[in-house]
Amino acid sequence: LSHLRASVGTLYLSATHSIFVEDNPETRKETWVLHSMVNSVEMPSNSPAGSQLILRCKDFRVLQILIPQERDCLDIHASLVRLSRPGVFKYSELYCLSFNPNVNKEEREESWSFIDLMSDYRRMGVPNNLWVMTAANSEYRVCDTYPSELFVPKSAAPTIITGSSRFRSRGRFPVLSYFHQDTLAAVCRCSQPLSGFSGRCQEDEMMLQAVMRSNPGSDFIYVVDTRPKLNAMANRAAGKGYENEDHYTNIKLQFIGIENIHVMRSSQQKIIDVGEMRSPSMTDFLWGLENSGWLKHIKAILDAGVFIARAVADEGISVLVHCSDGWDRTTQACSVASLLLDPYYRTIRGLMVLIEKDWISFGHKFSHRYAHLDGDPKEVSPVMDQFLECVWQLSEQFPCAFEFNERFLLTIHTHVYSCQYGTFLGNSQRERKELRLPERTHSVWSQLWKDRVDFRNPLFKADLSQSQRVLRPNTTPYCFKMWKGLYSHIDKSMPPCQSPADFLSAMREESQQLEEEIAALTGRPIVWEKTEVLKRRTTHLQQRHLGPDPPTSYIQPITGHGQAVALKQANQMALNKEPNLYLPTECHSKLKDHDPDDCSTCSDRESGVADLRSRSSSGGDYAKDPDWE
Amino acid sequence: MAVHVQNKRKLFLDSYHQTNRAQRSREREAVAFIFSGEGGEVICSRRLDHRTIQIFDRQLMELSEHIKTANVEDAVLRQPLHPAARGTLCVTGHHLLFSDREESSPQHFLLLLRNIDAIEKRMSGSSGTITIKCKDLCVLQLDIPGMEQCLNIARSIETLSCLENVSEMYPFFYRPSDQSLKDQWGLSSTEKHYSQMTDLHDRWRVSSVNRDYSVCPTYPQAVIVPKDINDEMLVKAAKFRHGGRFPVLCYYHRKNGMVIMRSSQPLTGANRKRCREDELLLQAVIDGSDKGYIIDTRSSQQAQQARMTGGGFESKSCYSCWKRLHRQVERGKALQESLIKLVEACGNDSHNMDRWLSKLENSKWLSHVQTALSTAGLLAECVERDGHSVLVHCSEGTDSTLLISTVAQLIMDPCCRTLEGFLALLEREWVQAGHPFQKRCAHSAYSHARLQQESPVFLLLLDCVWQLLHQFPLALGFSEALLLRLATEAYASSYGTFLCNSDKERCVSRVKEKTLCLFQALLRPKERRCYANPLYERTELAIWPSVHPQSLQLWRGYFLRWTQQARHLEEAQEEIRNMVILWEKMALT
Repeated sequence: LSHLRASVGTLYLSATHSIFVEDNPETRKETWVLHSMVNSVEMPSNSPAGSQLILRCKDFRVLQILIPQERDCLDIHASLVRLSRPGVFKYSELYCLSFNPNVNKEEREESWSFIDLMSDYRRMGVPNNLWVMTAANSEYRVCDTYPSELFVPKSAAPTIITGSSRFRSRGRFPVLSYFHQDTLAAVCRCSQPLSGFSGRCQEDEMMLQAVMRSNPGSDFIYVVDTRPKLNAMANRAAGKGYENEDHYTNIKLQFIGIENIHVMRSSQQKIIDVGEMRSPSMTDFLWGLENSGWLKHIKAILDAGVFIARAVADEGISVLVHCSDGWDRTTQACSVASLLLDPYYRTIRGLMVLIEKDWISFGHKFSHRYAHLDGDPKEVSPVMDQFLECVWQLSEQFPCAFEFNERFLLTIHTHVYSCQYGTFLGNSQRERKELRLPERTHSVWSQLWKDRVDFRNPLFKADLSQSQRVLRPNTTPYCFKMWKGLYSHIDKSMPPCQSPADFLSAMREESQQLEEEIAALTGRPIVWEKTEVLKRRTTHLQQRHLGPDPPTSYIQPITGHGQAVALKQANQMALNKEPNLYLPTECHSKLKDHDPDDCSTCSDRESGVADLRSRSSSGGDYAKDPDWE
Repeated sequence: MAVHVQNKRKLFLDSYHQTNRAQRSREREAVAFIFSGEGGEVICSRRLDHRTIQIFDRQLMELSEHIKTANVEDAVLRQPLHPAARGTLCVTGHHLLFSDREESSPQHFLLLLRNIDAIEKRMSGSSGTITIKCKDLCVLQLDIPGMEQCLNIARSIETLSCLENVSEMYPFFYRPSDQSLKDQWGLSSTEKHYSQMTDLHDRWRVSSVNRDYSVCPTYPQAVIVPKDINDEMLVKAAKFRHGGRFPVLCYYHRKNGMVIMRSSQPLTGANRKRCREDELLLQAVIDGSDKGYIIDTRSSQQAQQARMTGGGFESKSCYSCWKRLHRQVERGKALQESLIKLVEACGNDSHNMDRWLSKLENSKWLSHVQTALSTAGLLAECVERDGHSVLVHCSEGTDSTLLISTVAQLIMDPCCRTLEGFLALLEREWVQAGHPFQKRCAHSAYSHARLQQESPVFLLLLDCVWQLLHQFPLALGFSEALLLRLATEAYASSYGTFLCNSDKERCVSRVKEKTLCLFQALLRPKERRCYANPLYERTELAIWPSVHPQSLQLWRGYFLRWTQQARHLEEAQEEIRNMVILWEKMALT
């Protein structure tokens, strides 16, 4: 089971989870896998030891299960395939509808009102004399994917709004996403205009004028088309496209070049493969990273955010953002820009608000993008993954600027896919209302807020965000790293690395306790007790971090040698004519090719010191080429 | 000769006294600044005692022939992360000093000329621009009015930045007021190290066979060897090893009594020579246990080829109890070229993502880090887990050998992971063991000079240690700042620690009497505060680093040191330090 760790146990299937319980009587470690987290179930050809199942999860974990009886295996496979993928339109089978976290009705209702978007708009300073709420979409008549409450320029009359929406793909007309109080400039969002090669629409042109006028003192706006220019031009042939600068006065058009969801989907698959490589050489790894193109895409999204933030904060110019439908790349660009502009969104609650606003309320297609239901595989794409990664990359660059830690981002990522809560279900506000989700499911936000102690970044400096309100990240390629926490599960079998953050969190908790104690005792410190507490906490951390066993990495080359020799001899290759293999990868790739039974390799690797010693000596024998003697 | 020097001195002092008052006061300020500042740290002091003036005189006199223009007014200095500044540039025998014109709080910038790796000059009209590329990877620009002045300055920098003669180098002149030549030089000695390890006294002894450096010119005077092997046998074994570096003990593993030995390659040659004494020496090492491992840090082909030039490896028939493992750890020219490529890639902001990743890959630096760490891991595994003694060597035994044994000791031994322990380890395994610092660190990544024996092996070590620190932030007693400081000091230093190529050379140049010791300086309370790891918690367990490519990272703190990126990370470090201090205060009340 699982990466590198092999263990024997019993597999249980329930209506919602697969549960694997290890036989080891001391630990009886349990591994729970939610069916909705299962991305695919594979059944490779049988090996002598039994039939195999490979479970690929949506959080990129991979589990291998070896089942002795073939018939059992087939049964389990069939059940898992059925359970992990509810049919089209079958929301009723989703886990959130059966998930009951033991709270009463009031608490559930409270959980849904935990995030209040209107108060966030008020925090931004709208409505005001520039931006007002419009009732145009209160029944979702103008645009069925937008929320009912929308903010538009004060000078935009209802006729302009409806006219503009008719000229925009899926009726997604320009609305306010973020209002920057310091410069009075705004970030607005919409979808592409239905301009074709020569079409124009007076109301839409007036709408853009109105956006500009809502930023007193500016004489133009930026229109950011987040697509590569070529894609935008190709769209013109289908009667869509981009704003013609001759028709719209006072706009500056800017293309950013974020690729479409299909490119992103295949790119992510490649980086997942990189993360799954067993023991690649540095060269393989960096090539894999380059070929996946993933970091390039992340950079493009961040660049879009930086462009918008600069325009708003430094130039004081409003920006209108769109892509094709205005719910994927637009959402990414707007939310990254808001994060850079406003320190509030860098807090735990702030990030929830940001996601609720830019992603959930503005109609991001969660059900399609994250395959909650069995649907068109071409609609699936890691749009949200990329946003969360952008936030992570920023937090790596500004370690003190974010209140939350990596775990918070990873938890959100899990819940976007898990369907455990109703928050990320459905494709729009309207759909969620029709599904009566608030009555039937729970919201994830209040749960995350309850657990916020786990998500806190101990290095967060609130006062820093006052002096450094706008983040100005460097987007030079060397600032980007692979997000190990999400894509690399190789190391999970090894003792986890020490984390200074955990240490500091424990410490901060400690010092808070001390403070309370001091306050309570008023100057009668019990030093003995404190040092005691201190020791216990930190040693607990230590032990988690340092295993007495070396990780498998050094052993792999040696193991690899032993196996490679055997294989090569089996293949009757002349040893002395072959170049010697010293790099672990070369051996290992061989190993993989010739040895489909990965499970048995895993268990070998687990088998302990004595075995390893004999292996390393066999490795030594190989290193000594017999020909030399 | 003496008369000549006397005259020269008189002449100089005369001219010195004649210079106008203002000029002199500025120079004095400069001198005071030079002597109070340390390793680039900016401390400004106007106090000037008599002694420092004398030293300054001497320094100027001996090198003044290379200085045509000593002072330039109205120069402009551009350095990374700072706005351009206008002020006075001053060239002394060992420094470049720039003082800006801010009347209220004059800022000084001091650069050791030795730190300069390459300069480029560009003339436009009557003024010139000198781009200075430092060995610590910083790139500066100086705009100097006057073509002749500019050329003079450039020429002085070129000559003075690569002085060949050791005794002319700055450490021989550096006399800060708070340190004295009478302070102890070095942290420990072979004898002291031996006396601390009482467990091994019944089987091992200290031999002073090399007391006059005749047996091995690159070893220290005393080495630890098996008790059963007498000095005569050592002399014979030394003849059988490259450069006389016969196998000596470098680490004793207290938990199981196993040891790490290091040496150079045996000189078996094409006709497979043998040496009985060498075989006996190694047999004495594993006396009582069944076998030992030899880790050869060359590939087996390289080892084979070495026989053609008189080198070789331990054959199985002659050393039947030793199992040989080959792991190719890059060193020499290939490593230097790797560094050059990496620095070039980091210096260019205009690359797109694909180009950056392919340049990073192409430099191979991270691959070298990976191999070094995994080979050290293998060595530690042999000793700690398998319970066998190990001999490690490459060809000369002065480069990758030391790298591997040092990292392995850090992995296994908690004593090496404290601040003192780490510095003592470096002293033992690099300074005393004869890593040729002067040859290896003559130039860094920017130099256009033809490569001779430069190779960033020590930098690779620091990178490996940083990877350990990155993976185990609580297990090491020192901080990234220490590694950065060491990386800078190895290439250009006010201290004598990294001068010369061996103990013998240091003895000849009287380094220990005439210079100050960096390691001692780093352990002073003030410095210790910056270089200790606030999160340190001693652990007795071995720290096994992951060598998976995903676990290894570019050492941004060093390679991107002069970018904004590094500043944010430093802020975070500072924040951690403050939190710990605050917390400790609280625990005390």
